[in-house]
Amino acid sequence: MSSFVGYANYFAVIILMMGGLYVIFSTSNLIKRMIGLSILQTSVGLFYITTSKVFGGTVPILIDEDDPARAELASRLDPAYFESAAYDGVVYSNPLPHVLILTAIVVGVATLAVGLAIAVRVREAYGTVEREEIERKDRIRHAHESYEDELDETEASEADA
Amino acid sequence: MIDFTSLIVAPPELTRHAAALLVLGPLVASCAAALSPNGRWAWIISFLASAFSFWMALALTGEVAREGVIVYAMGGFEPPYGISFRIDWLGAMFALLLSSMAMIAAAYSGYSLNAEILEGKRTLFQAGFLLCLAGLLGMTSTGDAFNAFVFLEISSIGTYALIGVGASRDRRALPAAFNYLILGTVGATFYVIGVGFLYAAAGTLNMADLASRLPALEESRAAEAGFAFIMVGLGLKAAMFPLHGWLPSAYAHAPSLMNVFLSATATKAAVYLMVRFAFDVFPPDSIIVERFMIWVMAPLAGVAAIVCSTQAIFQTELRRILAFSSVAQVGYMMLAIAVASGAGIAAGLLHLTAHALMKAALFMAIGGVTLSVTGLRLSDFNGAGRTAPWTMTPFAIASFSLLGVPLTMGFLTKWRLIEAMLGDAYYWAVAVIAISSILSLFYVGRMLEVLFFQPAQTGKNRIREAPLGALIPLWVLTVATIWFGIDGRMVEYIADSAATAVLGGVE
Repeated sequence: MSSFVGYANYFAVIILMMGGLYVIFSTSNLIKRMIGLSILQTSVGLFYITTSKVFGGTVPILIDEDDPARAELASRLDPAYFESAAYDGVVYSNPLPHVLILTAIVVGVATLAVGLAIAVRVREAYGTVEREEIERKDRIRHAHESYEDELDETEASEADA
Repeated sequence: MIDFTSLIVAPPELTRHAAALLVLGPLVASCAAALSPNGRWAWIISFLASAFSFWMALALTGEVAREGVIVYAMGGFEPPYGISFRIDWLGAMFALLLSSMAMIAAAYSGYSLNAEILEGKRTLFQAGFLLCLAGLLGMTSTGDAFNAFVFLEISSIGTYALIGVGASRDRRALPAAFNYLILGTVGATFYVIGVGFLYAAAGTLNMADLASRLPALEESRAAEAGFAFIMVGLGLKAAMFPLHGWLPSAYAHAPSLMNVFLSATATKAAVYLMVRFAFDVFPPDSIIVERFMIWVMAPLAGVAAIVCSTQAIFQTELRRILAFSSVAQVGYMMLAIAVASGAGIAAGLLHLTAHALMKAALFMAIGGVTLSVTGLRLSDFNGAGRTAPWTMTPFAIASFSLLGVPLTMGFLTKWRLIEAMLGDAYYWAVAVIAISSILSLFYVGRMLEVLFFQPAQTGKNRIREAPLGALIPLWVLTVATIWFGIDGRMVEYIADSAATAVLGGVE
């Protein structure tokens, strides 16, 4: 049970990731697919943040040796952890994954914007955002084009005659 | 034979910062192109910026030949703490390939955009093109795993938008761009997950640093999971079978310029990252890499080479034939890389270069006649070779290179592929290449039959020559294909050095 609680965030990551992927590939609505993509990207954000979390860790701002806050922070930590890590003092959380995921979020927003813009253009060109509907319309148009070609050919042969 | 160690093309002040300027040039020029008053100005900016990148790539190549590896610390933060650009022979090879192809594509874009894109959108199109180039160059020169993701996304976002612009000719470009956006982003996200696993296991993002820490983590499940995620993510971007679903539509409906540029560069940059991770970041003799190469990459590449060549035979649209052929050719490269010896990687990289040259030439020739060809199907191009011989002769030469006819670069690279596979006793792979080559004879024969042996169209359907602005870059590519087919020592030297560098050997 305790391992489950300890890994709770990772289970959330897996559920979100699989949910996002499922939405992307199961729905035919372009907007819903973008939503699925966002869920997938969010799960990655959670994954990165979870790896950077250190139990009892504090914000990564260096605290002086004689600062009274240091002793207070150290007292909050699990002594068993110190023994295993052979270290005493202050434990800092890792700030780097937060920075990375901030970048990834910005990239995700840009992708979302481009994706939604293309979805708008799809809607203008086809009058729908359903993938199946779009494919059906393309098929009809193609059949139509080859029909027109046949007409041209018959007209040409008639003219020859 | 050029002696690269005496190659000094730029003053030392520029050479010292060449790694950063290589990417910075097109990035800054992209803003200038977006703000320029009209399409002609944007075109000039675009050409100058990509020529500048090529110049910097040449300067870098000289430096790499002299020093082996260049490490450029961004902002003066020393690696592994700061982000560094790290360029060895492999990076220099891709910098040369990407920037030279971009320069040729930019020269071609003056004609191509006038023919296909509305005046108001040309400046933004060039801005997107330069952004895409900056992203690709960044991907292949950065030494930081996460930084590579950011550059990957910069190039991808440019690509999605530019494929969508093809909607003015063919509205199917929009769903194709959307589909590529979804799959491309899933691929990039997988890559980030993989990098996260590596960071959790090894505690660093610097590729050189990762390479020194990963051998100790041979048994780490997290590192193995990271490897799997990275390979699947990059496989999506590189159109590795069976993750190639986005490619045919994206190529078939994009504007001609994007056909040329994408087929020559986009999937190649992803292949670069795969090679970098599989052989440089991860130790090439580790169990996970070996098993991946033998049991996943080689079989899938073999299936791609045969299945996609077969699919290409049955396509009705000319661009779609070439797109399926591209997936098959990526299969050749992957097959050679999966052999995982120095000769195999060198042959794969060599074939990648040859493929970039010939596919760009093929798409350029087709784009050259779009002014007078209304349709997209093969039959719309009936007799094009009779009325537009200057445009279609390069098409024929590039097709011969695709088949591997002697005196073209395709022959040289196919020879090297088979040599590498025989050397490592991959006899079934040789058989796959032979079968796939026979299959490609069918679709190439079909294209050439329609272009050269069908009666020419007359009257309003008459296919006219491409203007000079399109013919010059097209012939440059064609002459390069023949030149390297006759004397390939220079590219062979670069590819061999790149393979040696990536496998960690000293020359």
